[in-house]
Amino acid sequence: MPHSETVDLASVPLRELHEQLHGLPADTHRTSWQILNPRGRHAVAVGLDAPIRVRVRGHVGYYAAGMNQKAIVTIEGNAGPGVAENMMSGEVRVLGNASMAAGATGRGGLLVVRGDAGARCGISMKGIDIVVRGSVGHMSAFMGQTGNLVVCGDAGEALGDSLYEARLFVRGAVKSLGADCERKEMNEADRATLAALLLRAELSEFDVRDFALYGSARSLYHFHVDNVSSY
Amino acid sequence: MCGIVGLFLKNPALEPQLGRRMTEMLRVMSDRGPDSTGFALYGSPVAERVKMTLRGHRDTDFSALASALSQRLDIAVSVTCHDDHAVLSVPSLAVEEARSALAALSSEVKVVATGSTMELYKGVGLPEDVTDRFGLTAMGGTHAIGHTRMATESAVTIAGAHPFSTGADQCLVHNGSLSNHNAIRRILKADGQVFETENDTEVAAGYLSWRLAQGARLDEALTAALSDLDGFYTFVVGTKSGFGVLRDPIACKPAVMAETDDYVAFGSEYRALVDLPGIEDARIFEPEPQKVYFWERQA
Repeated sequence: MPHSETVDLASVPLRELHEQLHGLPADTHRTSWQILNPRGRHAVAVGLDAPIRVRVRGHVGYYAAGMNQKAIVTIEGNAGPGVAENMMSGEVRVLGNASMAAGATGRGGLLVVRGDAGARCGISMKGIDIVVRGSVGHMSAFMGQTGNLVVCGDAGEALGDSLYEARLFVRGAVKSLGADCERKEMNEADRATLAALLLRAELSEFDVRDFALYGSARSLYHFHVDNVSSY
Repeated sequence: MCGIVGLFLKNPALEPQLGRRMTEMLRVMSDRGPDSTGFALYGSPVAERVKMTLRGHRDTDFSALASALSQRLDIAVSVTCHDDHAVLSVPSLAVEEARSALAALSSEVKVVATGSTMELYKGVGLPEDVTDRFGLTAMGGTHAIGHTRMATESAVTIAGAHPFSTGADQCLVHNGSLSNHNAIRRILKADGQVFETENDTEVAAGYLSWRLAQGARLDEALTAALSDLDGFYTFVVGTKSGFGVLRDPIACKPAVMAETDDYVAFGSEYRALVDLPGIEDARIFEPEPQKVYFWERQA
């Protein structure tokens, strides 16, 4: 267990914390950090690009752990809008609830929300995997391009609206499906993908057989002259 | 942008701290709304008296105005001054006469709010400066709502500052922008509702007052607003007995609430709530879109 370095945001400016974290080389030995007193600040632990572990002890504001690469960030509280937005790789774990647009536009890595996530979770996701232990709000995975969204609770209105190739696994009820989103048959490969994600998210208590899979009906992909009046 | 905050106290022991808590919450919301700041506080009613909040200029002699009003109508008038605002206490039965008399006595003073418990203050400038000018930290009360404005729909003026009050003890703060406010204003004007500004939020406040005047309860008025008002909004509405919260169906504008045994607090962001006592153990949640939330004091 490496020695953990502590940065207390009650006395250290956020910019100073980020200068330290962004200055770490790829082969750093300073791999364990804890951040105290985030007090809902915005943009905590953003832009990390080193294989380090960061524990944020409290609630955070907007865009926490955004643009993450390689790091494993754990938020011991709730996260505001846009947590882990545009994540490239690594992991972000929110132990409380996440507000709207969690994991928005993420290109890779894993986002786990232990509580609920708000509206537009995984909006325009592009390769990120998102696992939510609770429920997600309306318009989740809107225009999702690739990656997986796993919801162990329920999904709000218009799930997967204008979906491309993101895959949506929902265990509970779906209030409504968005345009061009439809239920799919789940095959062995899908079940294996889901089981692996639940395992990584430390949510193996859920049975893959209880989930339904949703994906794109692929009818909105291309310009179609018959639809011209709706464009 | 804009920042909105609200605090509803369940524990009377906290009432003397209301102004101080609101000050902290509004200051944190400076970067969401640096253009103007306003707040409404609700205190204890005095039997058969009504508060009239007046806005004048820094050199307005409110005491002289109160004396003149008292002589003219032969009523007892007391006055408390807060920078360019003052709160008059007048007999309930004389409110309308007092309103006309004030208009005759002074062209520079406006009645910005009336009510048995509500006082309303707003000014152009940063929350820190505006709350200092009015001495908010020293004010007490049962509940309050406040707003820090980043102007979008209309100019940075005192007239565009929130809260907007269009009825006794009623006021509204708003984060967002309405797209059909001109149409709604025309309809309400035709029905006799008076508007002072071109601001979209005043239309929302006027709309709710209009519904309430027709006999709707606040929750019914808010539910009706969901189908009649178009645009982006998170509203916090203050009334004599409590406050309500409503978010539009898309819920673009942020909202966080915290509830403990002692209070219910609203903030545009969690940051606004971090200094409240016992926040670590509060139940923290986001109000759902299209759902009317309301907290009321027991009569």
